[in-house]
Amino acid sequence: MNRETQVLKTDAVTVEAEAAEAPPQPQRQLLALTGNEAVAEAIRQIDPHVCAAYPITPTTQIMQEVAQFIADGRMRAELVPCESEHSAMSACVGAGAAGARVMTATSANGLALMWEVLYIASGMRLPIVMAVGNRALSGPLNIHCDHSDSMGARDSGWIQFYAESVQEAYDNILQAVRIGEHPDVLLPVMCCMDGFLTTHTSENAEILDDAEVRDFLGKYRARYSLLDVDNPVTFGATDLPNAYTEHKYQQVEAMKKADAVIRAVCVEFGAKFGREHGMLEAYCMEDADTAIVVLSSTAGSVADMVDTLRAEGRKVGLLRPRVFRPFPAADVRAALQDLTAVTVLDRSHSFGADGGPLFTEVRTALFDAPHRPRVLGRVYGLGGRAITGGEIRALYDEMETDTAPTFRFVGVRE
Amino acid sequence: MPSAALLEIASRGEPVAGGHRLCSGCGAGVIIRQMLTATDYPTVVSNATGCVEVCTSVYPFTAWNVPWIHNGFENAAATITGAEAAYRAMERRGDVPKRKNKKPMKFIALGGDGGTYDIGLQSLSGALERGHDFVYICYDNGAYMNTGIQRSSASPFGANTTTSPAGVVIQGKQEERKNLTAIAAAHDIPFVATASPGYYMDFTRKVKKALDVNGPAFLNVFAVCPLGWRSEPEDSQILARSSVETCVWPLYEIEDGRFRLTFRPNVKRPVTEYMQLQGRFSHLFKTGNEDMLTHIQERVDAEWEQLLKRDRREREENSE
Repeated sequence: MNRETQVLKTDAVTVEAEAAEAPPQPQRQLLALTGNEAVAEAIRQIDPHVCAAYPITPTTQIMQEVAQFIADGRMRAELVPCESEHSAMSACVGAGAAGARVMTATSANGLALMWEVLYIASGMRLPIVMAVGNRALSGPLNIHCDHSDSMGARDSGWIQFYAESVQEAYDNILQAVRIGEHPDVLLPVMCCMDGFLTTHTSENAEILDDAEVRDFLGKYRARYSLLDVDNPVTFGATDLPNAYTEHKYQQVEAMKKADAVIRAVCVEFGAKFGREHGMLEAYCMEDADTAIVVLSSTAGSVADMVDTLRAEGRKVGLLRPRVFRPFPAADVRAALQDLTAVTVLDRSHSFGADGGPLFTEVRTALFDAPHRPRVLGRVYGLGGRAITGGEIRALYDEMETDTAPTFRFVGVRE
Repeated sequence: MPSAALLEIASRGEPVAGGHRLCSGCGAGVIIRQMLTATDYPTVVSNATGCVEVCTSVYPFTAWNVPWIHNGFENAAATITGAEAAYRAMERRGDVPKRKNKKPMKFIALGGDGGTYDIGLQSLSGALERGHDFVYICYDNGAYMNTGIQRSSASPFGANTTTSPAGVVIQGKQEERKNLTAIAAAHDIPFVATASPGYYMDFTRKVKKALDVNGPAFLNVFAVCPLGWRSEPEDSQILARSSVETCVWPLYEIEDGRFRLTFRPNVKRPVTEYMQLQGRFSHLFKTGNEDMLTHIQERVDAEWEQLLKRDRREREENSE
């Protein structure tokens, strides 16, 4: 991901961040790392109190590396190698309630098995950080990339990042700790990257010094802890109808506040380390007539096609939300409202809905815009199927016609 | 190991406050109180979904004067292992909040039979195998009482539950109980025992031992449920003793693999004495169901004989 991109800052949200000048950046070593290796390295540097996990392709390697770091004395964390993902997330909740910094990793069916506890983690306001290597949900069984796992969990009250590259997967994990633990937020964070395409692909990544990570994160002091026996707290009380709505509303408020905190942490991260990621990334959007909106690694392929089409004189662009929850609706609206047509690529589908989850969000975001582009939804890449340059070109081509259907699958044999 | 003196227990204050919403005569309420007054360790409790959880924690109230967490139904064990791992990791880094009581912290997971025998079995097994330093206490009242008395794998043979009803052609539950205590013992953990709040000195001594051992311990505790058993609340302590005296609920412990009966009734009472006090068995006393009563007595006798033999054998082996 070497393209010149634009970090969008809109007037819609006030960014409160250290407006410090970026310090001169030390020469950092570029390491060839897979997404899993980079995330494992981030976890080593964060050195949480507890990691609880269960192996699942394609994220198994993360906790394998963590186990090796611990075995080699390079981490002090307690690894709880559970007998299922359900227990792994349950142990994360127990550790989080104890006031520990807690991390885990999973994919697909593993995430599905955690489902019940995902909602408990967010409802209990525990800032657990979880790496997700996006993988198709069964059935049929398929170990390859799509977003059906984490998209299904989009309403579970977790903040969701979608990384395009190994570098971003690494940076997201570090930022997630700060964001989740912020007293205005206190929400768990899911850091997604594409299974195999990012988890298992070596890319150059700049790794910070351990001390830099330590200083950036600071120490975590939970406001309430199960281990504070002199001030005993009841976690996970039963709510009757008189209280449940208010507790859910507090999560809504926390998600709203997370938006500003994410922006602030991104700015601070950028100022300190020279890499600033926003809520979303815009490429060639300034004068674009049409654009594709897509998450994660596919943005790289789309950006290549944007370069090709721009060389042919066509005004095309790319918009890649990096954060899906909280959804940066105002930014998406500002970025897209003046276009003539937009195609939203979803790597998962909501069966029976008008389109995939990203499509629905983008369309909703544009509803209040004074001028709305045509918004097309396309589902692609299920179960790891590649999307070709030709297919991406065709997506841009059909936005210039009047006959493109609002919704279709890309490359399906009907 | 000396038992905690009653005076000492009485001086420890109330870890579980009165005013909770458990039924009159509920065995589980007695169990949680005895369990937490058995020692003066600073203790964290993880509680599976169930009667105790629901009745002690209705927001904004709580009966718990100790740190307490309810996560889900099936994961009390996994949850406590997370807290216990956090304790070890945070203790090493000096991150545990300061406390007046300098004794090491202890961790208890608590669940009913549904949350332990059935839906929580995997979580329990994983936690026992991983060797965390915690005690799992199952309060076994033999059915899903909180959801309306459905059968569990702990419901006894013949019991009338809402999903194993006594009808015209089927007379209650047709299957035997799962032997969960044996399953826990098969994990080769340091301490496994059965207990009943009817024999509270035996129970509290076992709680103390379970907390004292290094590593996982499991206690299966007999819990009377007047609602689900259709018994009189004032009979609860009678039933908690009668279950032991009839050998329906034998008291034993397995410490480092060594089995020992911790109570032998002078006179082994017939099971009908215990069963007659409970409406869930009333259909078995009707004409035509004599065989089922006989079967239940024979089964209890056979199991008790096996336990006696094992106790004798291990005593002999250990005295050699």
